[in-house]
Amino acid sequence: MKETQIAVIGGGPAGLCAALKAADQGVKVFIFDREPRLGGQLIKQTHKFFGSQEHRAGVRGIKIAGELEEKTQNHENISIFLNTTVIGIYEDHVLTALQNEKYIKIKFQKLIIATGAAEKMLPFENNDLPGIYGAGAVQTLMNVYGVLPGKKAVMVGAGNIGLIVSYQMLQAGINVLAVIDALPKIGGYLVHASKIARIGVPILTRHTIIRATGKEFVEGAVIAAVDENWEPVPGTERTYDCDIICLAVGLSPLIELLYLTKCEMVHVPSMGGRVPTRNIFGETTSAGVFVSGDAAGVEEASAAMMEGYISGLAAAKSLNADIPDFDKEFRYYLGQLSALRSGEVGEKIRKGLDRVLWQH
Amino acid sequence: MRIQEHPILEFQHEEEISFTFEGQVLKGFEGEPIAAALLASGIKVLRKSPELNRPRGFFCAIGNCSSCLMEVNGKPNVRVCVEPLRAGMIVRMQEGKGNFA
Repeated sequence: MKETQIAVIGGGPAGLCAALKAADQGVKVFIFDREPRLGGQLIKQTHKFFGSQEHRAGVRGIKIAGELEEKTQNHENISIFLNTTVIGIYEDHVLTALQNEKYIKIKFQKLIIATGAAEKMLPFENNDLPGIYGAGAVQTLMNVYGVLPGKKAVMVGAGNIGLIVSYQMLQAGINVLAVIDALPKIGGYLVHASKIARIGVPILTRHTIIRATGKEFVEGAVIAAVDENWEPVPGTERTYDCDIICLAVGLSPLIELLYLTKCEMVHVPSMGGRVPTRNIFGETTSAGVFVSGDAAGVEEASAAMMEGYISGLAAAKSLNADIPDFDKEFRYYLGQLSALRSGEVGEKIRKGLDRVLWQH
Repeated sequence: MRIQEHPILEFQHEEEISFTFEGQVLKGFEGEPIAAALLASGIKVLRKSPELNRPRGFFCAIGNCSSCLMEVNGKPNVRVCVEPLRAGMIVRMQEGKGNFA
């Protein structure tokens, strides 16, 4: 059985930052990802990041993925396991995984779970027809593989993902007929909304999708206005002829592996679903098991990276690594996180964190 | 359909190869997900649901949702949104929950 000091599950922004930060302290790290390449969902994010310089503002997600991947590959303390799906975590600090369909066992001392999130589904008639895609899936298809899922699209969801992916569909040559959202106002940043509004794409708030039409695949989307009680208003139905219905209705943390560790979980709707309770270092009620990134509650990639640095640092410290600047570094990343979560947009996250962070 | 021109991206593909879908010979690029190659050829229906026989297509692209399970080289339940395409692959819409050929 192979042995490591720290096992990191998930090679996205949180997992890579956690692995790099721990490895920089001289600790041996194994990182596992079920996909054939590192980077997680950063590999399709062609938009430029926001925030300050420390949050890589102005840099495209795909570039950040490349940089983190290269550093990880070249780090002498990190071993990378790709095409490797972790399927079991045991109390004696052993995890089992399928690596290219071979069963392997790994002994670890500390575990960092950074499995990310998956897109939510929306209930409506015919919502299982081919041509209905998660917004992130369309982003991957277009931006990573250069393939178009169709020609004409209706986007459901005017949060940041819905707005950004709508713009990226336009860049790829897809005709975006409308962006709809049941909320009374646009949830995403105004700068993203303005970009598509300027091109002439209507953003219809207080609208919902009633059904998809088509037999074998999507041929149209029927939408309607909703009233204050979220009920469709009779007589407002209209149909768009489209072959893509894109859903950007939120994400849920991927918590299956966290459950295997038997850590305490609470349901926090504003964080996307059930999430583990933890201390400020990301350590859960299962001793030695840390969580970071979207698996800890859905935010965005910049926050995931900061959480990753913090749990990597703390996990290394708990292995008695010599980290003279621990307090300084920890406070720095914590300050970065607070900045990302400040203001009106961070309110939901701050309230959610009140429920999952143990008080000191 | 493939993107011919893009304002900020350039797509680098590996070698163009052939594979079959339901006996029909299609082209794709080595290493891209099987589902990407199928969608590029306009194939949207990847399987039928086991009980109600409803069409199923590409949905999550991260190997998580099980919408795209297909039979590849005789092996059922392959997640084609993440499985890399190789030359000569035999891709089929599996029946029901899938059988080993």
